[in-house]
Amino acid sequence: MIEALLGGLVGVVAALLLVLVRRRRAVTPSKRRILFPYVGTQLSPAALDAALRNARVEHATLVPAYLAPVPLTLPLDAPIPGQCTRAFELQEAIERRAAAAGVAVDERIGPGRTVRHALRQLLEQERYDRIVVAAATAHSDGLSAADVAWLLEHAPGEVVVLRPANDAALAPV
Amino acid sequence: MAAGVGKTFRMLAEGRGERDAGRDVVIGYLEPHGRAETEAQAAGLEQIPPRTVRHRDVAVRELDLPAVLVRAPAVCLIDELAHTNAPGLEHGKRYEDVADVLAAGIDVFSTVNVQHLESLNDQVAELTGVRVRETFPDRVLAGADEVVLVDLTPAALIERLRAGKVYAAERVPAALNGFFRVENLEALREIALRQVAEDVEARRQRELPSRRLDRAVGERLLALVSPHPEAQRIVRRAWRSAQRLGAELDVLIVLGPSPSAAEREQVGAFRRLGALLGAHVLVEQGEDVVAVAARVARERRSTYVLMGAPAPRRGLRRLGEPLTDRLLRALPGVDVRIVADRSGCER
Repeated sequence: MIEALLGGLVGVVAALLLVLVRRRRAVTPSKRRILFPYVGTQLSPAALDAALRNARVEHATLVPAYLAPVPLTLPLDAPIPGQCTRAFELQEAIERRAAAAGVAVDERIGPGRTVRHALRQLLEQERYDRIVVAAATAHSDGLSAADVAWLLEHAPGEVVVLRPANDAALAPV
Repeated sequence: MAAGVGKTFRMLAEGRGERDAGRDVVIGYLEPHGRAETEAQAAGLEQIPPRTVRHRDVAVRELDLPAVLVRAPAVCLIDELAHTNAPGLEHGKRYEDVADVLAAGIDVFSTVNVQHLESLNDQVAELTGVRVRETFPDRVLAGADEVVLVDLTPAALIERLRAGKVYAAERVPAALNGFFRVENLEALREIALRQVAEDVEARRQRELPSRRLDRAVGERLLALVSPHPEAQRIVRRAWRSAQRLGAELDVLIVLGPSPSAAEREQVGAFRRLGALLGAHVLVEQGEDVVAVAARVARERRSTYVLMGAPAPRRGLRRLGEPLTDRLLRALPGVDVRIVADRSGCER
């Protein structure tokens, strides 16, 4: 009888612990926001992981923003389904990685005539505490040196520039 | 397109046309550049004298905004929309002055060169090697009821320049060797033509949704989302389904009576995303999400409703009917699809 009671008690405690663990792992959005603009169809996992680590340490929401150049043949506010398809593939890959890291994300697509114009519009529209960007390397897409220089000169607040290691591009889902 | 093509002349001609049609037209600000043709075109139109402001010991002529508002004509002609005002005036930029004039119910005709458009600034700088400092936001152009392109071939513009119709004789050689080179003017002309073509297309697209709704046949999807970042995956999934079905997509956000700042921010983000997707973002307020969603689905003739898994019901809410059941009951004949959260799944 006592053994049965103890067994039941252990079961209840285990269940409570499970509930506590589950609640702790739930990803909740934070008021602090780290803007993570990226370009192209390939994104370095090393750069993303660095941005996620940054966000996790600061208990911040990561705001990955796919910069989508809009060709001159289209109005700036025209639908861009091709770009959105590519952006969505990357966004879903990013969300999976962020979920595994326990970081809340709030995805964006930032259109513009050029990467720099898209960046400028993004900075005007978004609320953020810090910007993390990956610079272009021979192995992965990123912001060009000129765009990084522009960002450092014009973006208010702290800018962290990452030079990703030589790794495979983030695979779209 | 560029200085000297005849923008101010055309603006004045439009103004004269309005005046001849019986409207009260005044010139709010004119930059004649000493061009005889322009001054002749302005003759006979009432002109509000510009005010003179001293800036760095130089007398600068500026639009007299208070005088325009007091005069309150039906139409006001205001030259050089991208102009930066001297410090100390009501606004930093002339397009902001124009916004005040428009807000007062006065129609405005204005002029601008294509290189001043903010979104084209980088491109123009790359093409011509000249960085234009005075810019204005694209939304100002998008808000115009009508955009008229004043076009001139580069050869004709250079001819006008050489004939002294654009700048005084002493400035002509420098202009010809600088900005007014044929290749620059050709690039600017191409950009200007494209920009106006975009504007025409954008206006056509804006008129389409209502027409499409009138002849709604086939599938129409409604994504029911909350104003939170996690809801983006529902929009993504719904958009992909809409693409496959060749269907229109509506995105419905139902807000409570007093949405938080974060919720309002998300609504803005959803609107921008909707524009990029070609989806229609609808924002409604209401306490009962099901009632609002059912009404909107009927109005939009939706055939599918996509939504995220409802939050677990706690406390007394467990006694009530689940949200999905209520929605199915409220929308007989409409498919309701629950979009799973796959972000936590193994890769």
